[in-house]
Amino acid sequence: MSQRTYELIYVLKPDAPEQEVADLHQQVADIAARMGGTIERTDTWGRRKLAYEIGHHKEGFYVLEVILGSAELMKEIDRRLKVTEGLLRHLIVRVDESTIKAERARTKRTEESRRRRVARGLPPDRQPGEGPQGENEDDSGDMMFDGADMEA
Amino acid sequence: MAFGGPKKSGPGGRGKAGDKDAKGGDKRRGGGFFRRRKVCKFCADKIDDINYKDVKLLMPFLPERAKILPRRISGVCATHQRKLRTAIMRARQLALLPYTSE
Repeated sequence: MSQRTYELIYVLKPDAPEQEVADLHQQVADIAARMGGTIERTDTWGRRKLAYEIGHHKEGFYVLEVILGSAELMKEIDRRLKVTEGLLRHLIVRVDESTIKAERARTKRTEESRRRRVARGLPPDRQPGEGPQGENEDDSGDMMFDGADMEA
Repeated sequence: MAFGGPKKSGPGGRGKAGDKDAKGGDKRRGGGFFRRRKVCKFCADKIDDINYKDVKLLMPFLPERAKILPRRISGVCATHQRKLRTAIMRARQLALLPYTSE
């Protein structure tokens, strides 16, 4: 069973008592524990204005959980949240792949920039006092620059 | 002359597509002033991961009616527009961003 990283965000009613928030968190934690997953991080955003009204509510109580676990586990959590009363919205997103991809893109870019700098006879890393980052540097290859940015 | 010199554009399709776009626009309406050259915000700022939780980042791409700003106006490259769309759609589900206004 492969372990994957997921983000779960749920939105409770703004008037939900603290007990209810804690209960729901406990519920999620229980399911995770039962199916061999772990909660890596819990982030309570708290009350936030909703972009649109949901059932006459103008605000929502947001909670973000980062969960390590299997697809079956997330399916079960999703099923449970769907039938939970008092929950306005919830969303599960798998994040490990996109983080890896972003990481890869970043390494590729720094390597490319280093290679270009070496080719120009400069030390591979930026030196302090070398002027502003990026914009009119040749070593930022994926940027398109033609001077028009100067007016900004 | 901003457009006079040789182009320094990166290799790959992204750069080329952007070039063509900006140039064409200039020729048609070249009546005195320069249109600001369009550059993909995410390429320029080196944002690899467009996150749906980052409302501040997504907000400029939703003008008054809260429709997603088309690429031909914002100048975002195809790759990033795709990611942007996914992020906005996720944010909308959670009521972080509006589907529509009024």
